[in-house]
Amino acid sequence: MFSSTNWRKTAEAIAIPVGALLFSLVLFGLFCALCGKNPLAVYGLIYKSAFGNWRAFQGTLLRSAPLMLTALCTALPARLGLMIIGNEGALVMGGLASIIVGLTLSFGSVTPNAAQLQQVSGIPSFVVLAGMAIAGIIAGGVWIAIVGALRHYRAVNETISSLLMNYIAIAIMNQLVGGPIKDPGETIKASSFALPEVNRLANLPATRIHFGLLYGIIVCILAYILIQHTTFGFAARTAGGNVKAARIAGLPVGKLTIIICFLAGSCAGLAGMAEVAAVHGRVNESLVAGYGYTGILVAFVARYNPIACTLVAILLGGIISSGGALQRNLEMPDATVLVFQGLVFLVILYSDSLYGRFKIFKEPVITAPPPPSTSTTVPV
Amino acid sequence: MAAETLGWWGVPLGILAGTLRGSAPFLFVSLGECLTEKSGKINLGLEGTLLMGAMSAYAISYLGSEKWGMTPAASPWLGVLVAGIAGMAMGFIHAWLSQQPKVNDIAVGIAMIIFGSGVAFFLGKPFIQPQAPQLPSIELGQLFSGLPALQSALKISPLFLIGLALAPLMNWFFNSTRPGLFVRAVGDSPDAALAMGVSIKKVRMLCIIAGSFLAGIGGAYLSLVYPGSWTERISSGQGLMAVALVIFARWNPIQCLWASLFFGGAQSIGPALQAVGIDQGYYLFNAAPYFLTLLIMILTCSPKKTLSGAPGALGTISG
Repeated sequence: MFSSTNWRKTAEAIAIPVGALLFSLVLFGLFCALCGKNPLAVYGLIYKSAFGNWRAFQGTLLRSAPLMLTALCTALPARLGLMIIGNEGALVMGGLASIIVGLTLSFGSVTPNAAQLQQVSGIPSFVVLAGMAIAGIIAGGVWIAIVGALRHYRAVNETISSLLMNYIAIAIMNQLVGGPIKDPGETIKASSFALPEVNRLANLPATRIHFGLLYGIIVCILAYILIQHTTFGFAARTAGGNVKAARIAGLPVGKLTIIICFLAGSCAGLAGMAEVAAVHGRVNESLVAGYGYTGILVAFVARYNPIACTLVAILLGGIISSGGALQRNLEMPDATVLVFQGLVFLVILYSDSLYGRFKIFKEPVITAPPPPSTSTTVPV
Repeated sequence: MAAETLGWWGVPLGILAGTLRGSAPFLFVSLGECLTEKSGKINLGLEGTLLMGAMSAYAISYLGSEKWGMTPAASPWLGVLVAGIAGMAMGFIHAWLSQQPKVNDIAVGIAMIIFGSGVAFFLGKPFIQPQAPQLPSIELGQLFSGLPALQSALKISPLFLIGLALAPLMNWFFNSTRPGLFVRAVGDSPDAALAMGVSIKKVRMLCIIAGSFLAGIGGAYLSLVYPGSWTERISSGQGLMAVALVIFARWNPIQCLWASLFFGGAQSIGPALQAVGIDQGYYLFNAAPYFLTLLIMILTCSPKKTLSGAPGALGTISG
């Protein structure tokens, strides 16, 4: 990575996004000032409530866990040249599938009656959780694989179809929790039954962060290895660079598309499972918390690099986590976070046009010294 | 209430009423998107523009009549105008950013959805509670007098009529005017346009801004006519569906009109069925437009050939 030949490129790849983030902070400060708030107070509050102390930082990590996974849902297909934004839908489908499996394994039924509710089955908790994770992975994966298949077989624009699939997934969830898997005891919000406490995803020792954060970090590392250090990843990157060339080289572009889409969706599905098994305990509207949309932004800021996704997810997780404090202490609407995300997104996109424009990041052109003019006359 | 007296006739009547009421936003946004795409750029961010339009129209309509002493008949119209201007501002950002070198217009669209909805929710927070004066509607039903249900079904907004007139007008613009030819040239073959001495950047800038103006008006329709209030869920993907609708309409303004009516109808199936007491699958019927959009895209797209009518430069990154 830091070999002497390309350190300038690495420096550029770090400096431009960081510069863009700083610039969007300035723009956000201007926006706050226009709204009559002191930008410095806003910055200070964001820092304090997101990264200020260990307790606050735990809240940040808690929110960054699903972001790492949903970011991969955009980042992986992007290496193939596909722009998929169905993260929210895949997360919802993953959560939905995992609660169905989780409830079935725990109570023997998705809609347990009073007697069944009293008796949690003897299946060990880790088996239930593994079953839920597999269900989430498959459901989310299939959901985005559909998008990939439509792209490959029918040339349907994957951005539009994946976004439509978000709305469809949310409708399916509302339909199910409103009827077939509804918990009649839950009157405030239509919800599914709750997972029993014993089968919830545990917290990391001595924290309030659930194991989903580990899932996120591990999956991001695996994704990085898959894309950068395997033949499969090489094939995917080749096809992303030039589809025609990849076809001529005999790469199975269609298969690659569908597999990558499946993997991408399964990451978001796993995020849904972790949210259900650790945070909510059941499925209802609260599952649609915008992690999918923020995940898109994480992927863009990280320039589709899975390792960078983890860091950016922590950064943006902190900003989401400070939303509550902004609302309470400065009386700013909860959409403040959305405004900031939008600004970051726009500035990051603009920064795409800056690559290669700065002289400092360019390899100096080494002009070879002119060959010594040895005037050796060729003997005739 | 209409359904109780009409029985099952309430369903087609409900769908007809819903079509007349609900298709205008689709119409404005799809015409705006059609104009944008004809110039060779995609604006996926019209969803955000729609929300900005809805919020600003509602806010101005409310402020105009309550704070600035305008009559309740005039302030909604000012709201419509401001919604269009807010749309233009959004369009300017999109047009400028998407024409930078190496910047992908689809990605800019996604960013504009997030940015637009963020700003709209931020500024619109104080306007969720108060009631703003609405745009008047033309009571066509009274011509036939007849049933009260029919009368309420045939209330037509003047904005909808403007949209109806706009579709053939835009068609004429593309096919029979000089600027229309420039737009098509820029979208189809930028090199040829350049050879004609047309500034690609300027034409695209104008087209995107004009298209976003229309989308802003579509947003004003949402908050000032139907559903007629400002909430954060007022546009659930309508701006986005319009993008798919333009593909379905093969980039032809007249067909955009038919497609919008079709989508408005599909959108009203759920509420119409609920009105006669069918609650089964309420959420799924409400999602009908999304299913329909996806289905239409599957049926109309093809991996083998480029779609007839598609502007040639669409989806390519220039510069």
